[in-house]
Amino acid sequence: MANHDPHHHHDHEHGSELSETQLRVRALETILTEKGYVDPKALDAIIEAYETRIGPHNGAKAVAKAWIDPEYKKALLADATKAVGSLGFASRVGDHLVAVENTPKLHNMIVCTLCSCYPWEVLGLPPTWYKSAPYRSRTVIDPRGVLKDFGVTLPSDTDIRVWDSTAETRFIVLPMRPAGTEGWSEDQLAELVTRDSMIGTGLPKAPGAAS
Amino acid sequence: MSRRDAIDPAAARRAADAVPSIPCDAEGPVFREPWEAQAFAMALALHERGLFTWPEWAATLSDEIKRAQAAGDPDTGETYYRHWLNTLERLVTEKGATDAKTLSRYRDAWDHAADRTPHGEPIELTPEDFGR
Repeated sequence: MANHDPHHHHDHEHGSELSETQLRVRALETILTEKGYVDPKALDAIIEAYETRIGPHNGAKAVAKAWIDPEYKKALLADATKAVGSLGFASRVGDHLVAVENTPKLHNMIVCTLCSCYPWEVLGLPPTWYKSAPYRSRTVIDPRGVLKDFGVTLPSDTDIRVWDSTAETRFIVLPMRPAGTEGWSEDQLAELVTRDSMIGTGLPKAPGAAS
Repeated sequence: MSRRDAIDPAAARRAADAVPSIPCDAEGPVFREPWEAQAFAMALALHERGLFTWPEWAATLSDEIKRAQAAGDPDTGETYYRHWLNTLERLVTEKGATDAKTLSRYRDAWDHAADRTPHGEPIELTPEDFGR
C-alpha cells in the first residue's frame, strides 16, 4: 500500500511485518467473521483438535481393534465410516470412509491424484509428501518404485492396488498384524501402527522395534 | 465393497517421465506456520456452514494446483496451503460471501495495522486502518 510519509521507512523499521500471505489470511478471516460466516473461537477449536486430538493415533486404534476383534474387523471393512465413528472419531466432512485390507497377496496404497483428499478424522492432516506432485503422479504409475523410496520391498507375488481418494470417498489401509504379537493388548498393538502403514507407504513396526 | 474405484496402473501410464523422488517427512505437526492452520480451519468452518460442498472444494483446489503448476510452481507439497488459500478466496467470491475489492481493502488495512504496531506487540485492526 502507498505511504508517502517521508518518515515511513524509519517508522517501518520499528513496526511489525506481515507477509503477503498473512495479510490475505487475516483479511479473509476478518471479513468472514464480521459477516458471521465464521467464529474465531470455532476456528481455534478446529485447529486445536487437529493439532492435538486428531491424528494417526485415531486410525491406529481402529486398526489395533480390528486385529484383536474379528467382529470389529468385519464392521470396519463393511462400513469404515460407521466403525470409526463408533470409536468416537466422527467425521467433520461427512465423507465416505472405506477400509482396504492388506493380505499376503495384496498390498493397498492410497493417493489423491487430483489434490489431497485424505481421511483427516483418522489420520490427522496429510504429510507434505502426500500433497506433492511426485507422490500423486508416481504412485499410480510405479507403486513398487514409490514403496522402494519409502524403504518398503514387497514379495514379487504380492499385488499392489492403488486407491484414488475423492472428496466423497476416502480410504484407510488395514495393514497386516505383525508376527510375534500374539497376546498383545489393543494399546500395545496400536503402538505398532504407523501413519504410513495406514496410507500404504509403510508397514507396521516390528514388535522389537516398538518404542 | 466395490473394487471399481481401484486404479489400474497400466491404464494410468500417461506421464511416465522421470519424476523426482518423493520427499519423506517425519511424522509430526503438519502446519508449518499459523496462517496455514487458520486457512485450513476456515475451509472446514465454511463447509460446515454450507457455503460449498467438498466436491466443489476439491474441484477448485485441484484447478488451483494445476494453475500453479502451469505457472512454474514445483508443487512439492510445501506450497500446498498457498493453493488452499487461493481456493478459499476464489470460492468465497464465487459464492458471493465477499468480493475481490473488499478482500483487497481489508488486506491493505491489515498492512497498515502491522506498519503502525511496534514490533512484538499483537497486531490489531482498528477503523483508522481503513480508507487511507
